Parts: sequence; C-alpha cells; structure tokens
Amino acid sequence: MVKKGFTLLMLGGLGSILLKFVLDFKEKLALPEVSAHYVQNGPAELGAPNVVTSVVVTYRGLDTLGEVTILFAAAAVVGLLLHLNQNKVENRTEGSELLKTGSALLFPLIILFGTYVFLNGHLTPGGGFQGGAIIASALVLSILASPNRKIGHTALGILESLSGVSYVILGLAGALLTANGFLNNRILPLGEYGTLFSAGLIPVIYSIIGLKVGSELSSVVIGLKGESDEEAHQ
Amino acid sequence: MIGTIAIVTGVALVLIGLWAVLTNRDIIRMIVGFSLFDLGVHIIMLSVGYISGGTAPIIESLSDIGKSTVDPVPQALVLTAIVIGLGITAFMLTYAVNMYEKKGTLEIDKYEELKW
Amino acid sequence: MEFIFLVIAVFTVVTALLAVLTKDRTVSILAAGASGLFGSILFIIMAAPDVAMTEAAIGSGLTTFIFFFALKKIRSRDNG
Repeated sequence: MVKKGFTLLMLGGLGSILLKFVLDFKEKLALPEVSAHYVQNGPAELGAPNVVTSVVVTYRGLDTLGEVTILFAAAAVVGLLLHLNQNKVENRTEGSELLKTGSALLFPLIILFGTYVFLNGHLTPGGGFQGGAIIASALVLSILASPNRKIGHTALGILESLSGVSYVILGLAGALLTANGFLNNRILPLGEYGTLFSAGLIPVIYSIIGLKVGSELSSVVIGLKGESDEEAHQ
Repeated sequence: MIGTIAIVTGVALVLIGLWAVLTNRDIIRMIVGFSLFDLGVHIIMLSVGYISGGTAPIIESLSDIGKSTVDPVPQALVLTAIVIGLGITAFMLTYAVNMYEKKGTLEIDKYEELKW
Repeated sequence: MEFIFLVIAVFTVVTALLAVLTKDRTVSILAAGASGLFGSILFIIMAAPDVAMTEAAIGSGLTTFIFFFALKKIRSRDNG
C-alpha cells in the first residue's frame, strides 16, 4: 500500500511540473538567433544544403565527438561483460530456404543503400548514423539466415578503432592546419553547391562516422546473439 | 496546433514509461519502460523547436534562403540522443542477462544483497 | 494535416499503453517497437526527416532485435 502511494506521489509530482510546462507552451513564430545564423549563413559558408548535417558535423562537432566516445564505451562494456560468461552453445537450426535465398539477394543491396545514405549525407536527409544503422541491420539479417557462420570479430574491431582514430586525427588537422578550430571543414575545397564532392571535409567525416557506427552496432548486436560452436573451440 | 499536440503526446509517453519502471517487478519490462520514456523525451525536445508553417531544414539552392525552416539545433541533439539511447539499452540488457545467469530469476524482489 | 497528426499521436499513446499493460513479454516488446514507428511518422509531419530516419532504423528496428536476442539467451539457459 505504501508502495502504491509512493508511486502515485512521484507520478503526480512529475505530472504537475510537466503540466505547467504544457500550459505555458506557445508555438514559436520565428527562429531564435543562433539557429537563424546557422540557417542563413550555413550553406554559403560550408557549402552543404543539409543544415542539420552541417550543425552536427561542423558547428557542434564537439558534441559528436562526445557521442562517439560514449558509443565506444558502451560497446566495449557490452563486449567485455558478454565475454566473461561465454558458455558453450549448442548448434542452432539453420534458417529456411526462403530466408537464406532472400538474405543472399538482399544483403548486398542493403549494404549499398546504407553506403549511399551516408555518402550523400550533406545533400539529402541522412548521414553517418542512419547509414551505419542500415549496415548493422544488413549484418543482423545475414546472421539470422545462417546462425552457424563465424563473423570476424577482429575485423569489425579493427575497422571501428581505425575509424575512431581517423576522426580525431581529421579534427586535429583542422585545428592545426587552418587555425580556425577543431573539425573545420575547409581543408578541402568547397566545390560546387549541391554536387557529391562538395562541402569540403563533411562527406569524408560523415563516411568515417558511418563506418564506425555501423561496425560498432553490428558488434553489439552480434555479441548479444552469441557465438557458434566452432568459434568457442578455436 | 501541431506543437501542442506533440508536447502532450510526449508528456503522456514520459508518464507511461515512468509508471512502467515503478510498478513492474520484471527487469525486461522495466527496460521497455525506459525505452518508452526515451521516446517521449525526444518528442518533447523536437516540439520545442517547431516553427509554425516551417519546412524541413534543407536548402535547395543558394537563392532560396528566404523561406522559414524549423529549428535545426534540437534536431541535431535528438539525432545524437537516439543513438545513445540504443547504447544504453544494450548495456542494460547485458546486465539483465548476466544477472539471470547468477541467480536464475528475473524478478528484482529476489535480489537481496543490497537491502539493509 | 492536423487531423492526421492527432490520429497518429493517439495511436502512439495507445500502443505504449498496450506495451505496459499486457501480461506477455513478447507482445510488450513488439508494441514498444510499433510505438517507435508511429513516433517516426510524427517526426516526419513535424518536418524533421533526419530524425525520422534515425528513429525508424534505430529506435524501432535495432532495439527490437536486441531485446529478442537477449530474451533468447535467457530462455536457452532456462531450458538447458
């Protein structure tokens, strides 16, 4: 009885604070000053039509660095905790014929689509995080179809670490070479507005982030699924 | 109008998620509650940045800058927050799997080592 | 457009309630994934296509996968 009263008290308290927030809410009619500066000067300064990409990669690049660090720490802890309890797993049943054929057909197409999404992150909606998640889904599909296949964990680990290190090196190169700050994207030329090779360093940075997020999420998801018997013996 | 409906939805999801965390005794359902809580917070953050009658912040050509777009800064923050939410959920589930192997049960009432 | 937004918002809250009130674990996880999908439609109508893509791929797709993989690990220790 006390537990129920306590629960209701907490919910009621939070609800009343949020209710005051909801009642005072009015929709904005004009952009705040900082966002107005990003929207009006962003495409001309940085050369990318997608304003959210230029905010994530260049204007607020330090937040992206923090997020990449948090993801790396979470993936490392998941890998460590799952490895400590590695029991022998029995042989799993293979997927059916339909699933195997379908996944063999779809796997390269999904990887191609994910690569397209993060390469064109500065032109259309998309970018590194979305492309990385699509690539991780492709790997999950392949492991659902044939669960006894070994996935090269070392290859994924090396790809992830290399991407993380090159992201930091590119950021420092921006700070050292142009004296304009960390993750400045004017090291490479800006190019024509709206083509693939434009906006300086933004496609390169987003591709690196896409590879990093893709390999990280794949190793987290596949680690939770478990390994097959041959890997545990070797 | 859209902004008001969105913020009411977000607040409802936050309260539902918190209720799930506080009243369930099974770890998996508490983690589902956290996931719903996360979704509610993201909807609230985006609704604060909504401008009436605005369009998506993608600018087609350099002469187009007169149009009003929605605020791009909360969108960048929510993008990061969704990915971090996945990392934290994976983290919590790993702990749930490990706890099950040590004790054989998923009810948190049976874990008594930290009680006084 | 506002009527569609209201309908989708009601669906989001209803599937969230379903996820919390049901007794079955599997239905709860699937309903949370469905709530994430309706949330991504809300994000599109609020003119945020990047966020909608990310929520559909990560919040609805990968989160449901890892829940089911963890559940399977728990059940295999249960039976074996």
